[in-house]
Amino acid sequence: MKQPFEIAVEQHGATVLRVCRAVLGATADADDAWSETFLAALRAWPDLDADTNVEAWLVRVAHRKAIDVTRARARRAVPVEHPAVDAVSTDGVPGPEPELWDAVAGLPERQRLAVAYHYLGGLTHRETADLIGGTAAAVRRAAADGIKTLRRTVAARQTGGEAP
Amino acid sequence: MTIEFPVSEAHLTALRESLADRADLGGDLGVAYRTLDTPLGALLLAATERGLVRVAFEREEFDRVLETLAERVSPRILRAPGRLDEAVRELEEYLTGRRTRFDLHLDHALSSGFRGEVHRHLPEIGYGRTASYAEVAALAGRPRAVRAVGTACGTNPLPIVVPCHRVVRSDGSAGGYLGGPEAKAYLLRLEGAA
Repeated sequence: MKQPFEIAVEQHGATVLRVCRAVLGATADADDAWSETFLAALRAWPDLDADTNVEAWLVRVAHRKAIDVTRARARRAVPVEHPAVDAVSTDGVPGPEPELWDAVAGLPERQRLAVAYHYLGGLTHRETADLIGGTAAAVRRAAADGIKTLRRTVAARQTGGEAP
Repeated sequence: MTIEFPVSEAHLTALRESLADRADLGGDLGVAYRTLDTPLGALLLAATERGLVRVAFEREEFDRVLETLAERVSPRILRAPGRLDEAVRELEEYLTGRRTRFDLHLDHALSSGFRGEVHRHLPEIGYGRTASYAEVAALAGRPRAVRAVGTACGTNPLPIVVPCHRVVRSDGSAGGYLGGPEAKAYLLRLEGAA
């Protein structure tokens, strides 16, 4: 790839963060997965074919990094004397409207992953199925069910907000 | 009804800054760049691990400058201001009249052949002085290559720091400049050479 890497960060940074948050929650784990994704992508960048779909490629890298972070989190779950230090500190940066991300976190796992990789990451049903298992049709249903639940959640919140 | 999946700009900015720092520390950053507001307009400054590789004026179009850096130096480019702290400090001192020579590591990756030869000789024209294209041709060891010196000055990847603005026409008029004639006049006035 002969394009400046900064352009890939500019164009796809928000999408990759949404994917990481849908998979891992709007947490420091999602920030770690985002950073590891773009660091790995930066290293691989010069060797990447010029006709690569960069966003889909980044979403796949994010999928692998999210698995790494999940495994590291499982290891950390054992009490340790020194708490793991997060590589990225975004202390003091306000996390916006956590409710929607809470609602995403509350979805059944397959719906959540289908929303992450298909709805937010832009992968096809087939590509998403290749990542998370199952069939393309099952991914389609899971994504649709997940989005339906999220719509209901958002609508309920808006109605609640307008109540006198 | 579309659902907003919120990601704040401030949060992304913090992540990008942290990414740039880690990439630089880990040796994965080919080119670090930033912009700097100056009386000459915005400048883009870019550096490899070897040193400052590019200073660009806004009229050169920063997107195109970055594309050229990606093609000719490295596509591993990030906005990473840290690596340019020293260059910023020296440029700000120079532009406020407190510095007469630059003491920066330079990467001449974008200067090859006779042009590179010319670029390496330009710092011999001291602060506040000017030289004609013919005189620079002589400095570079090819006294008849006056036109080639003009081309070399017009393609200087490190303007201001490598002082192509001190090269003027033999009749004393300023001649062309990457940053535009006003920028050249400004720099020559700053140095008290015009």
